Amino acid sequence: MKPGDDIEELRVTPDRYLPFRYAGASGDFNPIHLDPEFARSVGLPRSILHGLYCAGLLARATVNAGGGDPRRLKRLGLQFRAMAFPEQEIVIRGAVKESGPDHALIELEAEQDGRSLVGGAEAELR
Amino acid sequence: MPRGPDVRRPDASKIGKQYPPYHYEVSREKVREYAKAVDDDNPLYRDRDAARKAGFRDIVAPPTFAVVYSVSAIRKAIFDPELGIDMSRLLHGGQQFHWYEPVCVGDTISTSLRVGEIYDKRTLTFVTFETHSLNDRDQDVVRANWTWIIRGD
Repeated sequence: MKPGDDIEELRVTPDRYLPFRYAGASGDFNPIHLDPEFARSVGLPRSILHGLYCAGLLARATVNAGGGDPRRLKRLGLQFRAMAFPEQEIVIRGAVKESGPDHALIELEAEQDGRSLVGGAEAELR
Repeated sequence: MPRGPDVRRPDASKIGKQYPPYHYEVSREKVREYAKAVDDDNPLYRDRDAARKAGFRDIVAPPTFAVVYSVSAIRKAIFDPELGIDMSRLLHGGQQFHWYEPVCVGDTISTSLRVGEIYDKRTLTFVTFETHSLNDRDQDVVRANWTWIIRGD
């Protein structure tokens, strides 16, 4: 890994029922992720994906960039910038910003339909 | 736009409030379920032989499985009437994880939570939670910072 290298792009299209599987798996049953009517009643356009589901995609892309060993993932930080929705493709991209013998810093992006889902997203590998 | 008196806002005097730890036993089926939900086919998250060959005690959890063993601690604070967070106005603003020892099937993870910051920015209130998770060998597993945004209007 050298500074300037791109990590392998990850493309995922969460299906209509993914939010239910993710809610079941994670324990987060906030109805803004599951119930379009509830989401609209609190001012959202429709039900939105769990932010941590998107963070999970960023983590997966970074672990894969590090050869698939989750022990190498030291840190992940990000801000959520835009809502994400099921049934639209999410593209995760990253670029190596710094690297040394036992560490790498990767800047990450997550995009859906031209919208940038995260800001300041970066991950550190051991 | 000024906030009306009837809009509940988080209580800034609760900065620093500490919650006792929640204990979570990590199971094989739950790790597999979570890995499937994030569509991650890494064999370390579902195959005991593969995990052991890679040097793990047992199947290892994906790093963001931290949400699963932390959720009870988070929920306790989010729904704490003393804190005054209005769930209908809540959005997830940001997240930071620092990972240490990997989490494997069979581990018991204890997560404690501390309210980090509560501050206003225009019509938004920001609330941060700091969680600290340890395994049953008293090793650090993850330190996380959860930023919530509560819309004020």
